[in-house]
Amino acid sequence: MIRLCLRGRGDLAEWRDAARALLRAGVGPGNVEWQVRDAGADLFGLADDPLPPADPALPAPTVPSAFLTLADAVICHRDPARFALLYRLLWRVQGERALLSIPSDPDVARAEMLEKAIRRDAHKMKAFVRFKEMGAPRDGRRRFAAWFEPDNFIVGRTAGFFQRRFTDMDWIIATPKGSAAWDGQTLTLSDEPSEKPNLIDDTDDLWRTYFAHIFNPARLKVQAMQSQMPKKYWKNLPEADLIPDLIAGAEDRMRDMIDREATQPRPFHYRIRERE
Amino acid sequence: MAKSLKQRLAILSDAAKYDASCASSGTQRRDSSASGGLGSTEGMGICHAYAPDGRCISLLKILLTNFCLYDCVYCVNRSSSNVERARFSAEEVVWLTLEFYRRNYIEGLFLSSGIIRSSDYTMEQLVRVAKDLRTLHNFRGYIHLKTIPEASPQLIEEAGLYADRLSINIELPTDQGIEQFAPQKHPARIRRSMSDLSLKIEAAKEPTLKTKRRQRFAPGGQSTQMIVGVDGATDATILGSSVDLYSRFRLRRVYYSAFSPIPDASSALPLSRPPLMREHRLYQADWLYRFYGFNVAEITSVRADGNLELDIDPKLAWALANRDRFPVDVNRAEKEMLLRVPGLGTTSVPSILSARRHKRLRLDDLERLHVSVRKVRPFIMAEGWSPLRLTDRTDLRELFAPKPKQLSLFG
Ligand code: SF4
Repeated sequence: MIRLCLRGRGDLAEWRDAARALLRAGVGPGNVEWQVRDAGADLFGLADDPLPPADPALPAPTVPSAFLTLADAVICHRDPARFALLYRLLWRVQGERALLSIPSDPDVARAEMLEKAIRRDAHKMKAFVRFKEMGAPRDGRRRFAAWFEPDNFIVGRTAGFFQRRFTDMDWIIATPKGSAAWDGQTLTLSDEPSEKPNLIDDTDDLWRTYFAHIFNPARLKVQAMQSQMPKKYWKNLPEADLIPDLIAGAEDRMRDMIDREATQPRPFHYRIRERE
Repeated sequence: MAKSLKQRLAILSDAAKYDASCASSGTQRRDSSASGGLGSTEGMGICHAYAPDGRCISLLKILLTNFCLYDCVYCVNRSSSNVERARFSAEEVVWLTLEFYRRNYIEGLFLSSGIIRSSDYTMEQLVRVAKDLRTLHNFRGYIHLKTIPEASPQLIEEAGLYADRLSINIELPTDQGIEQFAPQKHPARIRRSMSDLSLKIEAAKEPTLKTKRRQRFAPGGQSTQMIVGVDGATDATILGSSVDLYSRFRLRRVYYSAFSPIPDASSALPLSRPPLMREHRLYQADWLYRFYGFNVAEITSVRADGNLELDIDPKLAWALANRDRFPVDVNRAEKEMLLRVPGLGTTSVPSILSARRHKRLRLDDLERLHVSVRKVRPFIMAEGWSPLRLTDRTDLRELFAPKPKQLSLFG
């Protein structure tokens, strides 16, 4: 049994190097134990065995590009079993060439589920990051910061989106699973956990006004809202603490609209209509 | 006293919320890495928030002003309504859009307006906002402009140059409905404007002969909205009208908006409002027409009165009315027929087609493809599974009709 210990913060290269060596040495998936070097974990239980030497009698391993795309996403997942799952797939794909196109295979199905979770997590990050302005511009560039709490190690793979979109401003996105920062020249990534910045932005007040008024109280659909914007995101959304009151008041506001008698138009209405 | 920006934002978003469209997808892909500016559109639109009405908030959807010379009966901004009125300047809308965008609240702007002074004057104001965003501020986010049917061709041309999407609302499914409830609007003119837009959108897709460059004109296409439940139109009439619009003017989307109570409603409005479920069923039927190969007559002929069922979805309703077409063999059936199985969709069908090349599928294989086996079981055959003949089952509807719902507790 070979025991390996990875940092496991969404870095594909780290896992790929280990997996390639194991494959070349002919070590089957049943003979590897993958562990995560986690700050909180019991260090005594961890071991990091040296990688075995390659077996020259074995053919060079093949890695389909579809596998790499899949692995690139799956490796970002927080599931501790992701390393073993990927290695099992890599091992099997050497013999079963069509494996990845059989979505009903349990390993493939599991990997695709993790990939989907990563896609969703990244999508929600693009949606729910909220930048707050940090004081006055510096060197003519405005500066913003955001705090976000993703489920998985997705900051690195999502940062490019923010760079392509918010190009003319400086920004930093801080999360417990790493950070990304842009200054107009360089995108700086880190996988170290960040501290939550404490920022207040007055424009949040206008956004909250918009959120409250674009809501139609006659069409309350709380479940539809929550399935798309689960409560776990609410604490970092400036608009979310309005939601309970908007829901509580909706019924009365709708009654009021229905019960109200039609009113008489103002004079300008008659003036306009006369001109027709 | 003059109203503050915040007060006007409140009034003008209240005025805009009855337009259902908030899509920000389907335009060209672009970003700011080369320009060093602000904004991108990368294919799929993003919903940055959801209101408690379940609707996606993707764009800053506001009116430039809710003063209006027209008197459309169903509209909160009609001239005879007593709602509070307000107006933004073009600069204010530009500022709000950019500041909201920078904070990642939105994908862009959906700007509409009541008709003030004249159609051209109103359209000019809308175009100015879009033009300033693009040319003065290097903004590459999404812009949707409402188009005033009577505005001059030059203004429309300009609008298409700066906007991703243009839309003109057809408002009601029949011409009589429009004449009765939107007396200042003219169905023929609305359709002519849609047709002009569609020609320009198509023409812009072809590179020009001289320069070999593509013209830019509303790369996100055009859409429209129909209000449901104001006139007496059946679902068959509504969907028939949509199909006509889709095929003649190549609309990207028809939005359906169940007429909803508004502050200060006109007494000329019907007293009962349509259930929200009706709107939902129309969207499902629209979807079946666009992506599942159904034609509208098949879907709307299930009931004699031309309306869709409210308690079950239109695909299931069709299947129950056409039991002789089932069960469908998941290991052999054509894609077209698989798509007609209640419980299979545009995600699961390609997976089934791909998986069955390698093995004969059983029910537990389908489970792993995230198909709800409980739902599809009565309609399919699979390796090791054949259902009771559908025609022999009398309880199918009960099997699928929703159970009486418990009162939902908020929170
Ligand atoms: S034209 Fe009709 S629908 Fe549009 S804002 Fe005026 S009254 Fe409302």
